[in-house]
Formats: sequence, C-alpha cells, structure tokens
Amino acid sequence: MKNETLYKYILSIADNSLILGQRLGELCGHGPSLETDIACTNIALDLLGQVRSYYQYAAKLAGDGRTEDDIAMLRNEREYLNVLLLEQPNTDFAYIMARQFLFDVYHVLFLQELQKSHDVTLSAIANKAIKEASYHQRFSSDWVKRLGDGTEESHKKMQTAINDLWVYTDEFFHLTEIDKIMVEKSIGVDVLKFKDQYYNRVNKILEQVTLIIPESNYFLKGGKEGIHTEHMGYLLTELQYMQRTYPKMSW
Amino acid sequence: MKKNWPLWEVFVRSKNGLEHRHFGSLHAADAEMALENARDVYTRRNEGVSIWVVESKYITASNPKDNGELFEPAQDKVYRHPTFYDLPDDVKHM
Repeated sequence: MKNETLYKYILSIADNSLILGQRLGELCGHGPSLETDIACTNIALDLLGQVRSYYQYAAKLAGDGRTEDDIAMLRNEREYLNVLLLEQPNTDFAYIMARQFLFDVYHVLFLQELQKSHDVTLSAIANKAIKEASYHQRFSSDWVKRLGDGTEESHKKMQTAINDLWVYTDEFFHLTEIDKIMVEKSIGVDVLKFKDQYYNRVNKILEQVTLIIPESNYFLKGGKEGIHTEHMGYLLTELQYMQRTYPKMSW
Repeated sequence: MKKNWPLWEVFVRSKNGLEHRHFGSLHAADAEMALENARDVYTRRNEGVSIWVVESKYITASNPKDNGELFEPAQDKVYRHPTFYDLPDDVKHM
C-alpha cells in the first residue's frame, strides 16, 4: 500500500473511538439509570460516527476493495491500534466515567491539534468531532466531580477507578514510529506538546473534589503497536461476532 | 441516601423566536446533571436550541379538584372572545 503509514495512523486514531464506543455500547439497556443509559449510548454513537469518517478515508487509501465495515470488523487483535485504557472493562460506573474522563481530556486536546493537520480530510473530521468531544468532556468531568464529591462510598469508588486506570494514561503520550513520521510531515499530532496541559487539566479536576492524584511512575503501554491487554480478545469477539458468523451480512 | 434522584421538568425551545415548551420530565441529582440528561434524552434528534430545567417540586400546580371554580365560570362567557365584531374584508389574518 502506497500510503501505509498514513493508513495506520488513521487507524490508530479511529480505533480509540471504535473500542471506547463498543465498551459504551455494552451499557445499552444496562446503564445505572434511564438517563445515564441514554447518555452513554449517545456518546457511543458520536464516537461511531467519527469512526465511520476515519475508516471511510482509510478504505479509500487502502484501495483494495475493503470497506469501512471490513476495516472495523475484520481485523485481528494485533491489527487494532487503540490505547489500552479504552479496552478496559465496565467494572462499575466509576470506572466507566473515569475511563471516559481520562480519554476525553486527551481527545479534546488531540483534536484541537489535529484540526491544524496538513491533511485536509483529517483536519475536517477533527473540526466536526471536537464539538462532540467537548460535550463528552463536560459530561464525564461532571461525573468525576459528582462522584468524587458525593458520598463517602462514591468518593472511594472514584478514587479506586482513578488509581487503577492511571497506569494507562501515559500511553497517550508515547510516540510510535508511525506517529513520528506523521508529525514530521505535519499530518500527525505531536502529542508531547500538550502532555503537561493534559495532566494539569486532569489534576485540577481531581483536586477540586479532593481526589488524590496517583503518584506512581509505573505505566503500561502497547496498544498503539497492537499489543493489547487480556480484555481485548473478549471485546473483539463480541464486536466481530455477526460479521464472522454471517460474512458480508448487512442491513 | 434517598433511593431516587429528584424529578425535574424539561422545557425546550425548538427554534429561535418560539417559546420554550414542556417536553417531559426526568430524574437527576443536580441542575447540571438535569441539563445534560435533558440534552441527551430530549434533544438528540435535533429538537432544540435551548433547554430549561426546573425541579418539579418548585412548580405550583392547580388542583383538578378545583377545576369547577377555576375554569367553569369561563365556559359560558362567549362575549369574552372578540367574535362579535364585523371585520372589513380588507383585514387579513384575524
């Protein structure tokens, strides 16, 4: 493929939204209340909408007859390039909102930079997606504050979720070889540029509601290069079931 | 801890220039959550440009039991409608 680097770069952006969208989609009909159920599936739909634009673009670049659906549904685990944070399970509502919050803050900063990309398609997608991402950030920040500032139990649950998921936050700022090439060409985003801003924003909200910022320097990464946690296989099994069982099925 | 979040009434303005209309109600723990829930529950198909939420307990409602004294006296007073004027043909839209 001529544009393989760009193709993979697009996947690494799109897969984040796809995998988080799938996790949120699992909540459909199972949210803690009717209102939060609809809110989470709304966010999932926003993310899937973004995913379509990215994969359509990727399919065009691939030029081998594969469609956006093939790219979304028919890759193997090692070919998904999302960060590890987003494949983590819906342990409880605090985990769901903490995961969302830790991603949303990154996502908004990332899209802000992607708007400036020299690739007009990526810049246009970012331009549209950033409004959705800003709302997601507002929604998830409010929930982090609400649970952090709520009862003793909700505070404890949010703190546990933040502590457990913290280990995945540094991966956002890990530059792969593909990232570096794309940054060089002014197509990709230099994530290191807003790393401080990311942690400042996150920490400020945690401090506001007396949540303790984890101090650990131990971080996990690998997703961006296709090395995933044990949860990914199960997630993909569910995501891909229909296409694997009834190939080419559509409705 | 109370089991249910308080109830909120949702008013949505569907277009600039129109008034806010009552769209329904929902549960939320605070005003900010009520606004976000209203956005997700009632405006996700492009129904609105502005949302008001108010906790249901702050709405004072008339009692159906009082309907007789409140509303019946108006029923036989047709002269309160401006329907007894002869309108010149040139006046449109009345």
